[in-house]
Amino acid sequence: MTYQYPSHGQGQGYGQGSGQGQSYGHGYPDSPTAPVVAGWNDDRTGWDTPTAAWSTPPTRARVERPRSGEHLLDVRDLWIEFATRDGVARVVNGVSFHVDPGETLAILGESGSGKSVTAQAVLGILDTPPAVVRSGQALFSGEDLLTMTPERRRQVRGQEIAMVFQDALSALNPVYPVGWQITEALRSRRGVSKAEARRRAVEMMDLVQIPAAAQRIDDYPHQFSGGMRQRVMIAMALAMRPKVLIADEPTTALDVTVQAQIMDLLATLRAELEMALILITHDLGVVADVADRITVMYAGRVVEHADVHTLYGAPAHPYTRGLLASVPRLERRGQGLHSISGTPPNPVAIPAGCAFHPRCPYAQQMCRMTEPTLLRIGRLDRASACHFPPEALDARHA
Amino acid sequence: MPVMPEPILRVENAVKHFPITRGVVVPRKIGAVKAVDGVSFDLRPGETLGLVGESGCGKSTLAKLLMRLESPTAGRAFLKGHDLFRMRAGDLRRLRRSMQMVMQDPYTSLNPRMTVADIVGEPFEIHPDAAPPGNRDRAVRELLEQVGLSPEHANRYPHQFSGGQRQRIGIARALALRPEVIICDEPVSALDVSVQAQVVNLLERLQDELGLAYIFIAHDLSVVRHISDRIAVMYLGRIVETGTADQVYLRPTHPYTQALLSAVPVPDPTARARRQIIRLSGDVPSPADPPSGCRFRTRCWKAQPRCASEEPPLSQRAVDPHPSACHYAELHQVIA
Ligand SMILES: Nc1ncnc2c1ncn2[C@@H]1O[C@H](COP(=O)(O)OP(=O)(O)OP(=O)(O)O)[C@@H](O)[C@H]1O
Ligand SMILES: Nc1ncnc2c1ncn2[C@@H]1O[C@H](COP(=O)(O)OP(=O)(O)O)[C@@H](O)[C@H]1O
Ligand code: SF4
Ligand code: SF4
Ligand SMILES: [Mg+2]
Ligand SMILES: [Mg+2]
Repeated sequence: MTYQYPSHGQGQGYGQGSGQGQSYGHGYPDSPTAPVVAGWNDDRTGWDTPTAAWSTPPTRARVERPRSGEHLLDVRDLWIEFATRDGVARVVNGVSFHVDPGETLAILGESGSGKSVTAQAVLGILDTPPAVVRSGQALFSGEDLLTMTPERRRQVRGQEIAMVFQDALSALNPVYPVGWQITEALRSRRGVSKAEARRRAVEMMDLVQIPAAAQRIDDYPHQFSGGMRQRVMIAMALAMRPKVLIADEPTTALDVTVQAQIMDLLATLRAELEMALILITHDLGVVADVADRITVMYAGRVVEHADVHTLYGAPAHPYTRGLLASVPRLERRGQGLHSISGTPPNPVAIPAGCAFHPRCPYAQQMCRMTEPTLLRIGRLDRASACHFPPEALDARHA
Repeated sequence: MPVMPEPILRVENAVKHFPITRGVVVPRKIGAVKAVDGVSFDLRPGETLGLVGESGCGKSTLAKLLMRLESPTAGRAFLKGHDLFRMRAGDLRRLRRSMQMVMQDPYTSLNPRMTVADIVGEPFEIHPDAAPPGNRDRAVRELLEQVGLSPEHANRYPHQFSGGQRQRIGIARALALRPEVIICDEPVSALDVSVQAQVVNLLERLQDELGLAYIFIAHDLSVVRHISDRIAVMYLGRIVETGTADQVYLRPTHPYTQALLSAVPVPDPTARARRQIIRLSGDVPSPADPPSGCRFRTRCWKAQPRCASEEPPLSQRAVDPHPSACHYAELHQVIA
């Protein structure tokens, strides 16, 4: 009846539950993946600025203040591909977005749309090869993350821009206590003493609301629940007080009750620390709850971006419209969910013209031939990559 | 009120404890994970029972008990009047045709070395007496068409399909023996929103056409609301509240149900201000050592001393005519 072939995907076998992370009685997997927390394990070059307490933010003298009109993080026209057995996989095709201090930008897209690859490229943790960054810029306070020296990039990573991942269990090192991991960078880069590091670890664990922090600082990752591990990873990412936090599906593996706690925490910390938060997700519910602005990706392209109210209230792009219509809603029941026909394209064979045309109910002849550009709609910071403006689509559907 | 048909499946006090052992040479039992700890419900022909609850609360274990993929510790489960938990292998095999299962993970639940035709037709090999008269290939092609796959796909392998298509293959296989009950364990959780809707619609269409009864397990409460006639909410191996979909969603009386519903993200930014999320502190306790009295009391904001000493039965409460396992059951509307 049941086949279990662990070689396929990261999905757990059936008997393991649904991959939700909570694993009472299962203990720790035999071969945990290497820890991948950005900027943590590869840089021990030291940081010569001894800093005082956590409450005084470290000065960042080496980074220029953004000039007016400049964004804190400004990704421009990013193109990334992979050489695969089946051909060239074009996974990021001209992606642009920006984010400013104190703001939450959501990058919304289905799996495979290129969200994680984009984030990894920005952070400089994308393996090249197999990936090739064809072109583009990722300007952090005006400085291009893609062309800076590896040494400089290691400074920025973790220090200025940090990331939390979906799977906290594989991102944390199983053999070190969490307190040790949270302060790794503080010790290796800032030369913080052991005693001071312990104090800071407790502080950070308090900050992310881990109960009884002082008692739990020497516990190992497997002794924490999925939600608590996610908090540990957030504490770790925030230890250096980055200006930008990229959270890649931070709650996808968690239950709704725990998801609500973590999203709360991220929102609170974003406000308290005046960070810019980039929230990567496929969940339209989560986005509606916390985002200020939204960038929608499809087949490695930005198909729409708008502020959250406009995007939900008046989606412009047919894909966004379809997505919103297919979400089942708690307050609604009844027959027949709207669905988008077909499936997202394979990145080695993205349809010509508009990548969405085989699934688009509005598609016309020109959509098969010409790729639409991302065009501004009205005076707002709002754009859609469709040949037809929203009014034209509305008129056609009426 | 129409007359209620006889339940096709009746579960009475189902229990599954996994022993926790210590010692490699001579394992000693030192405790038990109480994965399912006294669950009862009825499923009527053609209806959908939605089973919801946080990770680890015992949903999949319950499903596996009913499929006899796990042996029950105690309890009874009657499928069309026959006790699944006490049946011998031969009888069980025959009865099992009436009940099939669709797994959560379309990536691991299909044998990668078998063609789609072999996968979908496999039940006919296991149950030759149930095989359709005549051509097996034709039966397989019909099944593929029924789930919206092209019959030309029959000779391909699972890896050549997307997640949504693989889930359709799993559904086609489950349909092969013309079951009356299908247990769907998180059938759409691994799928993208746009594809999820396709599979949900397919399940609904098949139910209408074939009169299937579903047990629909999911952690996404919005999907469950959409497809279910009745709901059972589980917490630490027990059902804490059950009723029609409207009763549970619109008039929840158990604090856990209320918290769960309030935490569901709403895809509407204008709802931010109106929404009141009930924040549960902490995590689900270990099912190896559930709290005394009410199992939810360690996270319940209404807990009283009585909750630690006296376990609240799942019974009808004065506030609304549906069962709720709370001493202090109160109506609290969460969904506008
Ligand atoms: N073979 C087993 N041995 C020991 N414990 C087990 C076994 N299978 C499941 N459990 C435990 O039983 C409990 C219920 O697990 P189950 O898989 O039924 O949860 P679930 O509700 O399906 O969760 P999810 O939403 O994560 O799928 C969990 O604590 C789990 O760790
Ligand atoms: N190492 C790799 N080799 C080949 N293709 C890859 C690799 N990593 C990612 N991809 C492909 O890039 C595309 C985008 O992936 P990703 O950014 O992870 O998507 P998501 O939006 O789900 O985060 C997918 O089609 C994925 O299969
Ligand atoms: S360009 Fe054409 S195919 Fe693409 S979204 Fe617009 S209408 Fe649809
Ligand atoms: S019985 Fe007590 S602890 Fe349990 S849900 Fe009701 S109020 Fe809360
Ligand atoms: Mg499960
Ligand atoms: Mg991703």
